Amino acid sequence: MISWRAIAAATLLAAAAPVLLAGEIPPDARRSGYAFMGADTRAMQDDDTSNPGMLFVLDGEALWAKKIGSADKACADCHGDAQSSMKGVAARYPAFDKALGRPVTLDQRIILCRANHQQATPLPYESRDLLALSAFIAHQSRGTPITAGDDPQAKPFVEQGRVLYMQRAGQLNLACTNCHDDNFDKRLAGAPITQAQPTGYPLYRLEWQTLGSLERRLRSCMSGVRAQAYDYGSPELVALELYLMSRAHGLPMETPAVRP
Amino acid sequence: MPTQANKLLPYTIIGDGIPVSLTGSPGDAARGRALVLARTTTCILCHSGPFPETRFQGDLAPDLTGTGNRWSVSQLRLRLVDASRFNPDTIMPSYYRNDGLVRVGRNFAGKPILSAAEIEDIVAFLATLRD
Ligand code: HEC
Ligand code: HEC
Repeated sequence: MISWRAIAAATLLAAAAPVLLAGEIPPDARRSGYAFMGADTRAMQDDDTSNPGMLFVLDGEALWAKKIGSADKACADCHGDAQSSMKGVAARYPAFDKALGRPVTLDQRIILCRANHQQATPLPYESRDLLALSAFIAHQSRGTPITAGDDPQAKPFVEQGRVLYMQRAGQLNLACTNCHDDNFDKRLAGAPITQAQPTGYPLYRLEWQTLGSLERRLRSCMSGVRAQAYDYGSPELVALELYLMSRAHGLPMETPAVRP
Repeated sequence: MPTQANKLLPYTIIGDGIPVSLTGSPGDAARGRALVLARTTTCILCHSGPFPETRFQGDLAPDLTGTGNRWSVSQLRLRLVDASRFNPDTIMPSYYRNDGLVRVGRNFAGKPILSAAEIEDIVAFLATLRD
């Protein structure tokens, strides 16, 4: 039987701890997908000479310095040395854009800079150059704790993402939370299910044989439950991405990570 | 042409089961076994069972070994048609349902996950799983 004392103690504890909504993973129990991988895949991520994502980072470094578009400007012409100017930036994205009145992802920021400041041809989502630039920029945040979603103006969009994360969808009628909050550490057809922490993006997935964005991952989880995936750059995917980043608050960035 | 909602065969729930075959005839247990093992049927994404030939089994759900001891054919049929009748919060999909779902993918819209005949085959197979 549950005693009155135990209930009172539990209520006190709940009052002292940060507010967690039902099903949410407490901060000290949050684990990157890295913690779920085998030793070989970890070693591949840890060693820059064997991490295939580093090739994209190097490509991104070259693109950073390359003058393009009718403005004939390189990213470096405005932002200087990425090692200092881009340090910690990816850990804050998606970030609220005051002019647009909504959050934008790092990929969208790169696309906006190309259009507005370089006046260059747009880079399609998932194109090699866009992934290379975002990998290079996010790599400057490797080790930085995630703080995206802290901005009060971003809060309504974090909440929108949370609602989508909790909503069952698709012919299989499953929500993100059903797998990634309630069943991490279990196996789906033999493959480990993780907590869906977005710490390593863009990352190299052995299954894809290439680098891919967080949006690509979310779209494949949606197709997995036989739902109609949201379009790249859609407000829903941005909100989900923002919610995942805020849910990973404090975890260090790993870009470019490697996943099975 | 837009995808037409597939008509489901009518069925009657009595107590905690569907006593009568959806198709009116008994299923084929051998075909049912093959279906349960096929990834596209989705059972072994979550379940494991007496299937020594595959390593790729899930552990989100009970092992199917001995299912035929624990459940009647009537209960198994309802479980597959709509598992939420047993547990409203279950993660097990309703395999014979085509409405009330959110954002179903274009290729799947309006269709149940399994056909009535497939459900009967799987029910026939599950009933043979006795320890
Ligand atoms: C039926 C189970 C299931 C559902 C539902 C599901 N996922 Fe996943 N998800 C997986 C599996 C399996 C993987 C691959 C292993 C892993 O990284 O967890 C994965 C991977 C991920 C990853 C990559 C984690 C990493 O370390 O790189 C993210 C992020 C993610 N899912 C988010 C989501 C979101 C958001 C939703 C809802 C739109 C969702 N998932 C729905 C099973 C699921
Ligand atoms: C996404 C996960 C999932 C999928 C896919 C799934 N199930 Fe289940 N199943 C469950 C869970 C969880 C339970 C436990 C009871 C509950 O929550 O409804 C269950 C219970 C059962 C039971 C009763 C087990 C017992 O002994 O109590 C049977 C039989 C069963 N499922 C058969 C199937 C078959 C056959 C399929 C495929 C056609 C299937 N399931 C697909 C999650 C799943």
